[in-house]
Amino acid sequence: MSNPRLIARLDIKMADLIKGIHLEGWRKIGNPWDFAKRYYDEGADELLYMDVVASLYDRNNLTDIVRKTAAEIFIPLCVGGGVRSLEDASNLLRAGADKIALNTAATKRPELIAELAQRFGSQCIVLSLEAKQIGDGKWEAYTDNGREKTGLDAVDWAVRGVELGAGEVLITSVDRDGTFKGFDLELIECISSRVSVPVIACGGLGAPEHMLEAFTDSGADAVAAARAIHTERTSLTALRQFGLHHQLPMRQI
Amino acid sequence: MTRTVVVADYGVGNLLSVCRAVEFGGGTPICSPDPDVLRSAERLVLPGVGAFGNGMQELIARGLAQAIREFTATGRPLLGICLGMQLLFDASEEFGPTDGLGLIPGAVSGLPDTDADGKRHKIPHIGWNTLTRPQDLADWNGTLLEETPTDASFYFVHSFSPRATNSADNLAFCTYNGRVFTAAVQHENIVGVQFHPEKSGPRGLALIERFITTS
Repeated sequence: MSNPRLIARLDIKMADLIKGIHLEGWRKIGNPWDFAKRYYDEGADELLYMDVVASLYDRNNLTDIVRKTAAEIFIPLCVGGGVRSLEDASNLLRAGADKIALNTAATKRPELIAELAQRFGSQCIVLSLEAKQIGDGKWEAYTDNGREKTGLDAVDWAVRGVELGAGEVLITSVDRDGTFKGFDLELIECISSRVSVPVIACGGLGAPEHMLEAFTDSGADAVAAARAIHTERTSLTALRQFGLHHQLPMRQI
Repeated sequence: MTRTVVVADYGVGNLLSVCRAVEFGGGTPICSPDPDVLRSAERLVLPGVGAFGNGMQELIARGLAQAIREFTATGRPLLGICLGMQLLFDASEEFGPTDGLGLIPGAVSGLPDTDADGKRHKIPHIGWNTLTRPQDLADWNGTLLEETPTDASFYFVHSFSPRATNSADNLAFCTYNGRVFTAAVQHENIVGVQFHPEKSGPRGLALIERFITTS
């Protein structure tokens, strides 16, 4: 953690920003564009768009909002959900995405990570990991928003993904997602200490203290906030001020 | 008066953001893969992400490498961003030695995989970071970084970094876990920045606006 990032995550279903708990029970929250714009104005370091129904439709449906975002918002944008080929990735990048998050397709065919990394560069490829705890210090990788088991050990899979060329790992704890109970620090720490690339902690942020402990205790390089900021339980501004107050070397806005 | 900016399209990177940032800065972007358009540009931006070798291959295959050299010989302004900055140098060691455009003396090498204390750290260097001025540079007046406060952050994402042979070409450095690397260079009419101004919020947009209005 040397320049910790604060990422706003937007889970999008067709035209709506949604958010659930444990990646389930989604509720509509509003128009994703309004939220994206607000987060940019509040100083988000990065935006993350996840198409949560992409697997159902076999494609990513976010091209329009990606294009609009790239036209009006000047911070990095990562997009995931339903990316299964070089062509899918290329379309999103051409629409204005800076990074592509891979999950389902990569678990089925890990070489996809290497192919995309070779074509677009590792800095473009984020391994998106949905992890559920299955025992003491053990997590399994899931796909399709925590519905489908992969049989893969989450930590081993993260290491493999980085070896194949992923330039970042997004770690979403299915157990903590939407609960406001704080990040799964043990999970983040296990992965962060085993990989050479930055890791993003996701799932469980409910208060500024949770962000602080992710950075100082678990080796996270970035944290993603979703439900807590969508519902205004806290804000990006409050999170950043709290971090700076605790001497985290976060970006001064 | 319109101020046109040609953005070189050689198949790598997010050109849309660069073009929109140009519009925000009051310029008219012309995104083009055509060597003749590059040659006759008023000002040129060379963007890019990804691997050095692939980027250079694309520039050569499309006839753009020669067009960029001819453009810079006219004295008109060129801005290289990220990989586009690295390509301006003589060579890179990424995936084996590869020749670059040779417009700025120097070479590109990998960021050290350890911090200043020798402890392994995260590569790529991804995130927002501040700039420092070289000791022998009194101020940034008259450069693209004019009026940039020292606590202003810019967005970086890279694993490699160039080193200019002539220290006078250095415009700004950046420090990552105690490791200092080149963040911006200027060699005559050629400027290069390792960070992404088009992804660095209002501060980055101001830099692009300065490129359009002052050069």
